[in-house]
Amino acid sequence: MIRVVSKNALALGAVAIFCVAILSVVNQLTAPRISEQKLANKMAILAEVLPGVEINQALLHDCVMVTDEELLGRSEAQTMYRWRKENELAAYVIAATAPAGYSGNIDLIVAIDPNGTVLGTRVLSHQETPGLGDKIESRRSPWILSFSGKSVTEDNAQQWAVRKDGGNFDQFTGATITPRAVVNAVRNAVLFVQQHPELATLTANCPTE
Amino acid sequence: MSQLKELTLQGLWKNNPGLVQLLGLCPLLAVTSTITNALGLGLATLLVLLGSNVAVSLVRNHIANEIRIPVFVLIIASLVTVVQLMMNAYTFGLYESLGIFIPLIVTNCAIIGRAEAFASKNAVLPSALDAIMMGLGFLLVLLILGGMREILGQGTLFDGADLLFGSWAKGLRIELFTVDSHFLLAMLPPGAFIGMGLLIALKNVIDNRIKQQNAIEKGSIARARVTGAAQ
Repeated sequence: MIRVVSKNALALGAVAIFCVAILSVVNQLTAPRISEQKLANKMAILAEVLPGVEINQALLHDCVMVTDEELLGRSEAQTMYRWRKENELAAYVIAATAPAGYSGNIDLIVAIDPNGTVLGTRVLSHQETPGLGDKIESRRSPWILSFSGKSVTEDNAQQWAVRKDGGNFDQFTGATITPRAVVNAVRNAVLFVQQHPELATLTANCPTE
Repeated sequence: MSQLKELTLQGLWKNNPGLVQLLGLCPLLAVTSTITNALGLGLATLLVLLGSNVAVSLVRNHIANEIRIPVFVLIIASLVTVVQLMMNAYTFGLYESLGIFIPLIVTNCAIIGRAEAFASKNAVLPSALDAIMMGLGFLLVLLILGGMREILGQGTLFDGADLLFGSWAKGLRIELFTVDSHFLLAMLPPGAFIGMGLLIALKNVIDNRIKQQNAIEKGSIARARVTGAAQ
């Protein structure tokens, strides 16, 4: 009896070792390609929010981890890139989260110039209803482009809302919560940049992947 | 040759994993919102099924009966991880859009079902054939459901095919009609459920027709009994 059990245990162990060996080989082989893909993906997104800017390694390395649950929507640190044009700070590219989406968090990336004007923004991930809330994606609707060029001042706080709430941004038929959440998140990201002028001089501290 | 024919018939029709065995419903209902997603998941499942059937068939005489299930699970889980890594490396966009459903192939009962019911009792070649046919059967159901939902839901076909095949495939996208508001029911999981029910019903109707046809040819229909009548 014990002999059979131990024989089976050994066989099972052998199969497990064999599987792990194969997996580690495949992992080794695909790891460089996967990190390449992740990087390309990141660069493509940065290129979308910073139109006309050449995305290079310098931009990716000039990166600071920032945390602000109230304005950036997450209790964990989020990444922020600083784009410098001829050594002059020209834009912050900041990851922000809209915590009040219709179903869960909406992750955004927002490019903001140091004065607080939005240069561009895109949705990175969301779980909003397909066909209703997913119009926040740039490939479904140009709505997300309406943020470009908008700035936040003391006088125009009211305009940073969907039309239903008396603001300047369209809501979608059948979906008001989603655009409302995105509008607030973008506005908060701008406020974050405006409230923290020291961001320009912090040392880059993003973990390298 | 007759075995090939039988396996094809079983996988694609008589014992179709989607329509008859009703296995793997979770991914089937969840990812079929577009034909591209359906194709991606279907191909990934086919690949895993083929790998697992071949591997299980190879080890079937060396593994004691008591530990066969854990061994099958190990094999399938490893294969799924391999496929996941490959998709992550070579079809990144699709990997992102299928999300959690790639690792969930592990839990697709169709795969362990074939391992246990067929591959563990048959030689490598028939097992591989069985996997291909079952995988194709599953893929076909995914494609039909995905096509139905995509047409009804957003009026397109092959939307986002570039995620799967690279940028040349952008031209595959067919815009059948444009709508301001999408037909939500088709896009959401309940629509998938209803669509699936309709497909199963359609299959049963066709099966009944064929049965009746055969019965007429044999001439036995004349003596058909009323259900529940005395014997």
